Amino acid sequence: MKPVESLIFAIIFLVAMVVFIRRIYTLINLISLGNWEYRFDRLWERFKNMVFYGFLQKKVLKKTFGFNHFMLFWGFMVLLPINLEFVLSGFFPKFSLSFIGEFPYKLLNMLADIMSAVVMIAVIFAVLRRVVIKPSYLESTKEAYIILSTVGFLMAAYFGMNITAIDPKEKDLILPVSEFLRTMIISGMKDSELYILNRIFWWVHASLFLFFLIFIPYSKHLHIITSLPNCFFRNFSFPTSPSKMQFSKNMSFGISKITDFSWKDLLDALSCTECGRCKASCPANISGKTLNPKEFIHTLKKNLMENGLYIISNRPFDTIGKPMPVLNYPVPLIGNGEGSINEESIWDCTTCGACVEVCPVFIEHFPKILNIRRNLVMEEVRFPEELITFFENIEARSNPWGIAPSERGKWAQHLDIPIFSKNENHEYLLYVGCMGSFDARTKKIINSLVTVLNTASVSYGILGSDEMCCGDALRRLGNEYVFDSIAIKNVNLFKKLNVKNVITICPHCYNTLKNDYRAYGAEFNVFHHTELLNMLYKNQVLKRDFAFGEKSIVYHDSCYLARYNSIIEEPRYVLKSFTGKLPLEMGNSKKDTFCCGAGGGRMWLEDDAATRINRERTKEALLKKPNIIATSCPYCVTMFEDGLKELNVNENIQVLDICELIVEGLKIVKDTEKEKIIEEKRRVANG
Amino acid sequence: MHVIVCVKMVPDTTQVKIDPVTNTLVREGVPFIMNPFDAPAVEEALRIKDIYGGKVTVLSMGPPMADAVIRKAIAMGADDGILLSDRVFGGADTLATSNVLANAILEISKKEPVDIIICGKQTIDGDTAQVGPGIATRLGFNQATLVDKIVSLDLTKKRIVVRRKLEDWFEIIETSLPSLLTIEKDANRPRYPSVPRRIYAEGLSIPIWNNYFLKLDPNTIGLTGSPTTVKRIFAPEKQKGEIFEGNGDGNGTCFAVEMILKNLENWKIIRSTQNV
Repeated sequence: MKPVESLIFAIIFLVAMVVFIRRIYTLINLISLGNWEYRFDRLWERFKNMVFYGFLQKKVLKKTFGFNHFMLFWGFMVLLPINLEFVLSGFFPKFSLSFIGEFPYKLLNMLADIMSAVVMIAVIFAVLRRVVIKPSYLESTKEAYIILSTVGFLMAAYFGMNITAIDPKEKDLILPVSEFLRTMIISGMKDSELYILNRIFWWVHASLFLFFLIFIPYSKHLHIITSLPNCFFRNFSFPTSPSKMQFSKNMSFGISKITDFSWKDLLDALSCTECGRCKASCPANISGKTLNPKEFIHTLKKNLMENGLYIISNRPFDTIGKPMPVLNYPVPLIGNGEGSINEESIWDCTTCGACVEVCPVFIEHFPKILNIRRNLVMEEVRFPEELITFFENIEARSNPWGIAPSERGKWAQHLDIPIFSKNENHEYLLYVGCMGSFDARTKKIINSLVTVLNTASVSYGILGSDEMCCGDALRRLGNEYVFDSIAIKNVNLFKKLNVKNVITICPHCYNTLKNDYRAYGAEFNVFHHTELLNMLYKNQVLKRDFAFGEKSIVYHDSCYLARYNSIIEEPRYVLKSFTGKLPLEMGNSKKDTFCCGAGGGRMWLEDDAATRINRERTKEALLKKPNIIATSCPYCVTMFEDGLKELNVNENIQVLDICELIVEGLKIVKDTEKEKIIEEKRRVANG
Repeated sequence: MHVIVCVKMVPDTTQVKIDPVTNTLVREGVPFIMNPFDAPAVEEALRIKDIYGGKVTVLSMGPPMADAVIRKAIAMGADDGILLSDRVFGGADTLATSNVLANAILEISKKEPVDIIICGKQTIDGDTAQVGPGIATRLGFNQATLVDKIVSLDLTKKRIVVRRKLEDWFEIIETSLPSLLTIEKDANRPRYPSVPRRIYAEGLSIPIWNNYFLKLDPNTIGLTGSPTTVKRIFAPEKQKGEIFEGNGDGNGTCFAVEMILKNLENWKIIRSTQNV
């Protein structure tokens, strides 16, 4: 390497570094436009998360093709020190990392040689995947091909450099792939020719490397830089509850522009690699609705780029942090143009959380959608028309249908269920919920639960006409103002009655009472009925009966149970307890369950017949050829029953809540026992 | 354009029960709401304001807590509200009520002339539909009751064309301002108030006008000014239903259908089917 080469390299390198660092500064500046949010607690745990999910790619590897990415990533990790050596040797031709010791240095070089080949193969697979397999959730962008070919040629140049090195033995390195290529390609070339080739490869490698460095922060491959901090600053738990809001004068509510998001939200937007896993698991998208969670996050990034760059270019270069609130934003957050989110898609989300669950870098999609809903409902008053009645009914009558609250306890009139009271020392409050109180189908479920509870002699009471709606759908639809007043009323009522334990049949009530109300000072335990039934079986209060051995049961996980609250094994154990075997599992089950379509307030919205989510899920259940579709959520029951009707399924397939199954089981056991007794009597009578 | 909307706080009658012994309304624990016919009235006024500009004032007579319905209207978008509240106004029938409201409107129009008064068609607690016409008559305003649509409004000529929803047909009439309209419940879909508006309305202090201010003759207001007396309230007894069963005989006749038709004819609900 001639001194003039070093000089040229030094100049190019410095220019590239300036461009790179300036871009990184701009990106940090863009992120700083978001609202402040504290994410610096539990640093050791955060570090561990970064190691497991960032470096060890735990979530990436959940999908088969993630292995390809894992190889690419670790190829780069190994090549990082080699490239450091490469860059420094550009300035100082004599520089070498050999000071780390002979063995480690040799190992490093050998690994780099092998990993370079692995990376090349991974690149070929990645290209083939885009050209041949073409998964629907993965759009083949120009960017992707630019980056893949850059990486491919970078590796080729690396091998080119190695095999044209004049005296390889000088370094005494073991480079198996390079050695192999050397014997294949260039045996018999003159040293002078090799030298020229070597310099060409060196410069190709150097330019591609620097191009790569600059291209990363300008493309979707920014995730190479941002996804590690995004894993570090992740939410430690699944986002079960939106943040509690304060309501006072001169405040704005929800998110109406990109800078209303928190800095972590903006980091989310910059961490997306557009892998499409969220899209591939989004029930709204799969059933043909407008929402595309990948596009949603990508649009946020575009919006941040447009508006953020406008803001920071209109203020001194050294300013960082929140912008003045008076700025006009060139690109609206909600709209139909490029960089704006389609308003319709905001209402498509069922808040099922599949997108969040599947994202390898912990991007949280639906909480952002909820924040936008908050703004649309509370400030803009722009929402699907049918929601006006719904909102008014809940606010005035505390149920979605606007039925008189005095009717709430009517279902229990003839059942002799005690009203929950402090003095009676009731152990549990049975929170019936709106569906259980008024919906004809769900009343059957609550009746079954009552039968089971009575059989097991559980001490419980209900609130009767004093019960109020929990407000889940209000909250998920963005009407936080009314939710807030309901939550306060409910928590006060529960406190006044000294409620310690609550049973609910609805996963949505469950999540609201258990998680949402924490911020309102709720201290009671909440049990979903499957949890309670599980306890009753485990403690052998309920006896095991195997009445359902003949029938095949497929179990559908409610999103708000499985994903939100990790209640996965309990319902299965209960099913196993009285049928003797585990239920059939659908392709999407447990944490990867597929929404029935009713969550996030969508139960109360008109649904376009062409894009019904429940139909997709019902089809999936039918693949298992079940006699019974079992679930543990009144919404899911409704959606499956509708799905079966819509699909014109003729076979006699029942949709049942788990407690209904138990009651039916109890009946069958009783009947068979009765038969046995009759048989016995007959036998005795006959002789 | 100055529009006044008259609203009333009423008990949520779907939640009211009648005491079977005393035959009176059981009002304990029953929430009070804005009369459901009044929200469309407020909405209609706001739509006029949206198009022609001007001001919407909400007027209500009732106990001090009735300011809640005025706040609701302001949250929807009304500019001002006045509550007419005084013990001497209490116990009023429609005659005395419309007297107080009309005089309050006269008082308001001293400062800001009133172009249109809008009332709900009726209230769900009294169901008389008399207060609106009562106000119009006292003020000498033209009136159009049962309006379900404002067809056109000409501010320069001071003319308004409205559609009235009658039992079997619509009637489109034109009249001159100032006039009073009573609005049908299905005339529009009242808007949902935004949270900033709700917070604003919650924080407002609603001016209360009492009789010390209005100085009305005590014999024309409240219980003393009300010639109406309620003798008895009762829930009509439900008649027992009857079920007719039967399948079609395949020749186009069915016993159950025939029995139902016959009964409907006897009750004069449908005309005789024999001649059809």
